Amino acid sequence: MVHAAAPRTLYDKIWDDHVVDTQPDGTCLLYIDRHLVHEVTSPQAFEGLRMAKRKVRAPEKTLAVVDHNVPTTDRSKGIDDPESRTQVETLAENAREFGIEYYNELDKRQGVVHIVGPEQGFTLPGTTIVCGDSHTSTHGAFGALAHGIGTSEVEHVLATQTLIQKKAKNMRITVDGTLPAGVTAKDIILSIIGEIGTSGGTGYVMEYAGEAIRALSMEGRMTICNMSIEGGARAGLVAPDQKTFDYLKGRPKAPKGMAWDMAMKYWETLVTDAGAHFDREVKLDAANLPPIVTWGTSPEDVVSISGTVPMPSAAPSEQKKAAIQRALDYMGLKGGEKITDIKLDRVFIGSCTNGRIEDLRAVAKAVEGKKVASTVSAMIVPGSGLVKQQAEEEGLDKIFKSAGFDWREPGCSMCLAMNADKLAPGERCASTSNRNFEGRQGFKGRTHLVSPVMAAAAAIEGHFVDVRKWA
Amino acid sequence: MQAFKTLTGVAAPLDIMNVDTDMIIPKQYLKTIKRTGLGTGLFSEMRYKEDGSDNPDFVLNKPAYRKAEILVAGDNFGCGSSREHAPWALLDFGIRCVISTSFADIFYNNCFKNGILPITVSQADLDKLMDDARRGANATMTIDLPAQEIRGPDGGVVKFEIDPFRKHCLINGLDDIGLTMEKANAIADFEKQNANARPWA
Repeated sequence: MVHAAAPRTLYDKIWDDHVVDTQPDGTCLLYIDRHLVHEVTSPQAFEGLRMAKRKVRAPEKTLAVVDHNVPTTDRSKGIDDPESRTQVETLAENAREFGIEYYNELDKRQGVVHIVGPEQGFTLPGTTIVCGDSHTSTHGAFGALAHGIGTSEVEHVLATQTLIQKKAKNMRITVDGTLPAGVTAKDIILSIIGEIGTSGGTGYVMEYAGEAIRALSMEGRMTICNMSIEGGARAGLVAPDQKTFDYLKGRPKAPKGMAWDMAMKYWETLVTDAGAHFDREVKLDAANLPPIVTWGTSPEDVVSISGTVPMPSAAPSEQKKAAIQRALDYMGLKGGEKITDIKLDRVFIGSCTNGRIEDLRAVAKAVEGKKVASTVSAMIVPGSGLVKQQAEEEGLDKIFKSAGFDWREPGCSMCLAMNADKLAPGERCASTSNRNFEGRQGFKGRTHLVSPVMAAAAAIEGHFVDVRKWA
Repeated sequence: MQAFKTLTGVAAPLDIMNVDTDMIIPKQYLKTIKRTGLGTGLFSEMRYKEDGSDNPDFVLNKPAYRKAEILVAGDNFGCGSSREHAPWALLDFGIRCVISTSFADIFYNNCFKNGILPITVSQADLDKLMDDARRGANATMTIDLPAQEIRGPDGGVVKFEIDPFRKHCLINGLDDIGLTMEKANAIADFEKQNANARPWA
């Protein structure tokens, strides 16, 4: 472990404490404290272990859960789709064979892997966390160095509990000021991606700082870190503070007693030192941010709710002009259209970006006593079985159902549409998820990314509305 | 892993920015529990019409590019999810090299685990290579990894940078896990030290 005297960033500190070995060219072997596994990106990794007669080095540091492929309807009688069923059964079998703790589709603790980790206290400050899923960046909200990996790397971590890595550069994104009413963590991160572009963070780990970030709940911080990957960054980080510790205390897998006290001593050192070097700094004023809607097929295609769809002719380069035109053709939009004139067929509320209890409370508050527009089909998918249970204890499900929302079982659902929840060709959806790529929510489906409260208001009105002026 | 030294083949132009992994291999193909057979799903939403027949306008369906082994693509190639199915699909189709001005981090890593060489070049070089690629099957390119250069059909040469360790692994077709296993003692030492310093972890 390195203890350099020079001021270090939060990323530097976590990195330094996990380096097992450094080669002369700077390539490092990084120790991995926590490994989350799901059914879609792991079968080939376990198969690789089996073929090479290798074991899982630290099964107790590995947690498996099904999420991507499970139906969000009643699952008590099994899964109909044979391919999905095979993948789910394969994970169950692999977890059993290699001695890994596993939450199946009927377990209360099951849910989207990035909601389950924090909920169980598996996600802890100062740890390194990986998963074969790009939205692993979510866990950075706790001051953990967390990022997605491919299946070959899943196999590498299973076999060695390490990853071969080169250190990324440091970027700090400071968001000061106070968010206006109706503007949320989702609007902050979409604004950041709009500012830096989807490749702006490539090669960096991004630390989010500033009073607007400190003011966010853990749920809000997770929403921000979750979409770091959409800005191209390897990982996102927020320094842990009292909110982090309060969130974690008493969680099933969080340390207890003396171990907690010892951990706290370490966690309190997890801040960027004054004068530490950042390769790039970005600043935003929260007070100026509006509710954001994406108009195109990349998360950088952002616009204010009070704005219009861009004109290709206004693009700064030929490549960009072609990209805008392609996106408009796909989305069935014309340059200059008002965002509030865009009508919707579907609304999806859920995902590892916005499927937590705070998101559902915000939606319930917005739709209580109202009705979903007759032209819209709207679905709410809680992020985990425990989120679902809590929402039901609070009576949120009754509010949703009486407003005409479909209340589902937990999973990734229409965020990536691997299960039966998907858009039909040409359908337009307001979605609280993280990607508006072509075909993401279904072949030829059209996705607009928004915050939960914006999605809720759009469901009621049948088109986008400015929630700052809507009641 | 299959080693990569030199490759001479047809380069297909895919002049689109932000080609994401959903575009490279849509989710319906992710239900497999195997690494092989994904080539038919490569770029499927652009490559096939709604009735399942080939879309003749898509570059890899044009006779000149059906056997392309190199892809020349717009900025930020491979953005989005961590799915290694993306390089698996490219490989299964026969593509061993992708050239762009930038790549998303996870996709870039995944390529090296599968014997695919992702090459980052400047916009000026990409424009030149895109023009070369547009000339079809008569204009093959040679990728020379040991020399770190791309040789175009007219003898033009584009030099590229690559991390020395990744280059070494690719040229020799080395298995990462095997290499790391040789450091098992260092890992065990780290775990011992960690058990004292951070037992809660």
